[in-house]
Formats: sequence, C-alpha cells, structure tokens
Amino acid sequence: MFDRDLWREIFQSINMNKTRSLLSGFTVAFAISLFAILFGIVNGLVNTFDTAFVDDASNSIFINSGKTSKASNGLQAGRRIQFKNEDQAWIKEEFDDKVQYITSRVYLNVTASFRNEKSNYTIRAVNPDHQYLENTLVTYGRFINQSDIKNKTKVVIIGRLVEEDLFLKTTAIGKYINLNGIQYKVVGVFSDDGGDNEERLIYMPVSTAQQIYGNNDYVDQINLTYNPEMDFDAAIGFSNMLTKKLKERFMVSQNDQRAIRVRNLANESKIVNQMTGGLGVMVLVIGFGTLIAGIVGISNMMIFIVKERTKEIGIRKALGAEPKSIVSIILLESILITIIAGFLGLLLGMGVLELAKPILEEFFIKDPSVSWSIVIGALITLIIAGAIAGYLPAKKASRIKPIVALRDN
Amino acid sequence: MLKINKLHKSYPIGDSSLHVLKGIDLSVEAGEMVAIMGSSGSGKSTLLNIIGMLDEADEGEYILDNVPIKDLTEKKAAIYRNKFLGFIFQSFNLINYKSALDNVALPLYYQGLKRKERIEKALFHLEKVGLKKWATHLPNELSGGQKQRVAIARALAANPKLLLADEPTGALDTTTSYEIMDFIQSLNDEGKTILMVTHEEDIANMCKRIVRLKDGVIMEDVFINQVRALQHV
Repeated sequence: MFDRDLWREIFQSINMNKTRSLLSGFTVAFAISLFAILFGIVNGLVNTFDTAFVDDASNSIFINSGKTSKASNGLQAGRRIQFKNEDQAWIKEEFDDKVQYITSRVYLNVTASFRNEKSNYTIRAVNPDHQYLENTLVTYGRFINQSDIKNKTKVVIIGRLVEEDLFLKTTAIGKYINLNGIQYKVVGVFSDDGGDNEERLIYMPVSTAQQIYGNNDYVDQINLTYNPEMDFDAAIGFSNMLTKKLKERFMVSQNDQRAIRVRNLANESKIVNQMTGGLGVMVLVIGFGTLIAGIVGISNMMIFIVKERTKEIGIRKALGAEPKSIVSIILLESILITIIAGFLGLLLGMGVLELAKPILEEFFIKDPSVSWSIVIGALITLIIAGAIAGYLPAKKASRIKPIVALRDN
Repeated sequence: MLKINKLHKSYPIGDSSLHVLKGIDLSVEAGEMVAIMGSSGSGKSTLLNIIGMLDEADEGEYILDNVPIKDLTEKKAAIYRNKFLGFIFQSFNLINYKSALDNVALPLYYQGLKRKERIEKALFHLEKVGLKKWATHLPNELSGGQKQRVAIARALAANPKLLLADEPTGALDTTTSYEIMDFIQSLNDEGKTILMVTHEEDIANMCKRIVRLKDGVIMEDVFINQVRALQHV
C-alpha cells in the first residue's frame, strides 16, 4: 500500500485521465457539499429555536393574578386577587419536590440618578432564586442573597445598560444610586441575553421594596421553575394541579380564566422539542439520502472505470501483472479521488454556508454550521462504502482473462 | 524449448461447443523462428494464446523451458508470463496514457525492479529499436511502425525466453511490415526464439519454419529457406 511505484502509477493514471477522474470526483464532491449545506441549514433552524428561549429557563412557570370574572363561593365577580409572601411559601411547601427555584416579583417604576445623570427605570424586586430563573449573568459583584431578604438591605443590582447610562465610564460597584430620593448601594452589575430591555432593569430584594414602597407583603407575580427531572407531560400536569389548588385557595371558580393565570413554558418547550425532534429526523433522512446517493454514484463510477480500463487491464496482465496489483491500482485510485473530491466538496459546502449566512439569517436560519466530526464521519463512510463498492468490480476486473480483455475495443 | 502434446480446446457456443484445437502436437527448439499459418477459424490464434498463457487448454500437455504449464492460478500465470514470454500484438496494445519509455518499463515494474534500473533498461531497449529520441512521446504521437517497435522493445524488456507475435504486421503497410520483420529477424539472429501467427505468405516466408493449421489440426510443418526482409526494404 505504501509502495512508491504503485502511487506513481496511480498519480499518472489520474493525471492522464483527467475527464474520468473529474467525473468520478464530481459525484463525491457534490454529495458531500450537499450533505454539509443541508445539514448546516437544519442546524441553523435548530439554533434559531434554541435562542428563542435563551432568556428564560425553559422549565419556567409564571403565575399572575387579576380580577375574578365569575362569582363563586358566595363572592361576587370583579374581586381583585392579590398574592402575598405567604403564597410563595405555601407553593414551596405544598409542591416541595416539584419546585426547583421560586421567586416573587414586585414591579416598581422609579427615577434613578447618579450625580448629574438621571433616567427612568423599572425595578424588579425579587428573591435570590430569581437569578437562575432569568439566566441573569452577574458580570461583577453579586446578586441578591438571603441575608438581603432577611435584613431588608438597601442594595441593588443594576443592568449593564443602567451602568452605562448613569455611571458613564466609571464602575458602579460600591457607589450609591438615588431611586426616587432614597440611596441604594450598588452591589452587582448583570448582563442578560434577553435584549436591551432586560439590561435596563434594576434588581432589589423583594422585602426591601415591600417595606419602602408599600409597607405591605404584596407580590405582583410569582415565578418558579419545575424540577427538570420531570418530563413535559409531568410538568404540564404539575402546573394544572398548581392552578387548581391556587384557585381553591383564593376561592376562585375553576372556570375563571382571569383571576389566576398560570403560564407554563413546558407547553411551548414541548412544541419546540417536537419541532427540533422532527428536524433531527429530517437531518437523518437527508444524511442517509445524500450518502446513499454518493455511494451509488461511486459504485456506478467504479463499474464504468473498470469497463473503460478493461483493455489496459488485459495488457497489464499479459505483461505479468498479478490480480492483486490490478485490484490495488483500481481501488487506491478511486479511494484517492474520493478523499480529494470529498475534501473539496466539504470546503465548498462550508464556504457556501459561510457566504449565505447573511441571507439565511433573514429566513430564521441562525449560524448555519456543521460540526467537523459529522462531516468527516460522512466522508469516511463514503470512502469506506466507495472502497467496498469499488472492490467488487475491481476484483472482477482482475479475474478477466487477458485474452478477453485484449479483444475488448 | 517448447513442447505441446495432444492439445485440445473448445469454446462453448450456445448449447453446443466449437472444437477449435483437435489434438495439436508441436515442439519448438531454442533459436527457431516459426510462423503459424492458417485461414481464419483454423485455430492459429487460439494456439498462440494458449502458448502465451493468455488462455487455457482443455486437454493436453504443454511444457515451456522444462516447466510443465498446468493448473495455472492467476498469480502463477502472471509470474510465468512475466518471466518467460514477450508479446507483440497486431494492434500494438500500448497503454495510451503512458509515454513510450513508461510502456517499455511496465513489464520491468511487474518484475519488481527499482525505478532507476527500469528506466535504464527501458532506454536501452528503446535505443535498440531506434526510438530513444521518442522516449517521452505518447503512443498517439507515434506512427504505426514506431508503435510496433515500442511494443517490441516492451516485449524484449523483460528478457523473455520466447517471443510471441500475433499478426505483428497486420496493421502496417508493406514497407513498414518489412522493416519490422527485418528487426524481428535480427532478434532471431541474436538467438531469440520467435513464434508468430500470420496469414500473409511473404511474412511467413521470412521465418525459418511454417506450421499450417486447418480446422484445428496441423496440416503441414516444414522448415524453409528464410527470405531476408532486408532484400525488400
């Protein structure tokens, strides 16, 4: 196999039969580049779906309250339902093993200022768990902790853009920010993939906000993530049960869609998951399809090559070529062509993906790329399949009687 | 040098079979130059192919240089062909994408010689047929006579014991034919044993012995006075 003379023979044969080599290489290059392009596009679609949910944990459940729309238990419609701290504690107690993280949210709109800079922002007063629910990335400093909640400390964690707006080029950590006339210490700065709005927020301990701005224990919203070990159906069952129990707790009719609203991302995740699953099947079908097309192409090429070289094989045999040398010369030539053409096809496919990136992005195909391992795997499959497919005609050619081969014109 | 006893060969044609060689006895000594003649279908090419181990006999004995040629595997046949035989064909059978030099060097490649040695020997033989200047040319850049001379150089390269020629002048004009025959005669003068199939009387007369075949049997086997090709050139 590593005989230099054999390779010289092969290179000569490829070099002097350019049309034949190009034709057989084209099939392989085409199959592999098609494989890379289709695979990349599907990957891009999957990426799009993934990023659509990157902001919130995909196992989030949001609980909101409103006014009752139906009379129940002797109470009139139009009653306002207000969550309190005790409700969060109750959920945690009632569904302990099903809840991963839980937080309350209180929303406030404030005017914030630092020295001469001034602007309006939304405060989200939350519990420490909130960090994991929202995929908040604390770039420096810290997030709210349990002792903040307990001591109702006057600290805030500000978004990256708040820091940019108010503190200009200086760091905010350790400085005091004025929110509606009260000074808060900045203990952390965060970033969030959810967009500019998410980075213009200010986080504050929920207990601090409740005391200073209302002196109550009211909560606007309760967010939680369910235990990720639950599958989608179990998660949906859990949120249904949670809704039912909450309605009972607040004496709301079970048919009342307004008073207590529970939104479970599992519903959406399930659909997304089914779609990515579908895309995965598509990838497999495409992969197998192009590979089989490539293999069939190579086999056909091999049969054609052997047919074309019959006379040459006869001459070589008359001059003393052993069957083994006939097989290896044909086989190695086609493997070499497959490798080179496959590699070129690979570069072509990836190049097309790279060039088409901006256009594809408009069609919700984000960052279409193929992992090298997959494409190299496909190429190796193609080479092995090509070698097996080529071995049979090559073997047959080596068995042709020289006299038959020489008669061939 | 070569001994054949009661050689039979038939080809299947549909349900029946065609008996091409019906018991051939032939013995050739070293240094002979034999023409095998006969009309088409007489079995002359089949006989040459069996002698050349390009085809196998159904029955009979074939001894070449004291080696019985029987039960040939592909590999064994390849080795024997390479070691004992040189072929010259009517249609030259040069590999069209190889230069004259590479064509001549090919049997040496199958002998396992080193590249440098192959080139050296091939050049020597090309010079012998007067085509050293054409070494780098491809077959389609050569005339018919030149092609045949390259083919002869190739047949000689492996230094075979027996040279087999199947209508070596069949594709050439008369003048060129005589030039080629002159060259083959000079090889015979040097001691090479040559066996050729031809249907041209003038070519056969340039050999030293004529074996006439008809319907698969030898009709006539005579030694003749060789006509030197040089007289006609």
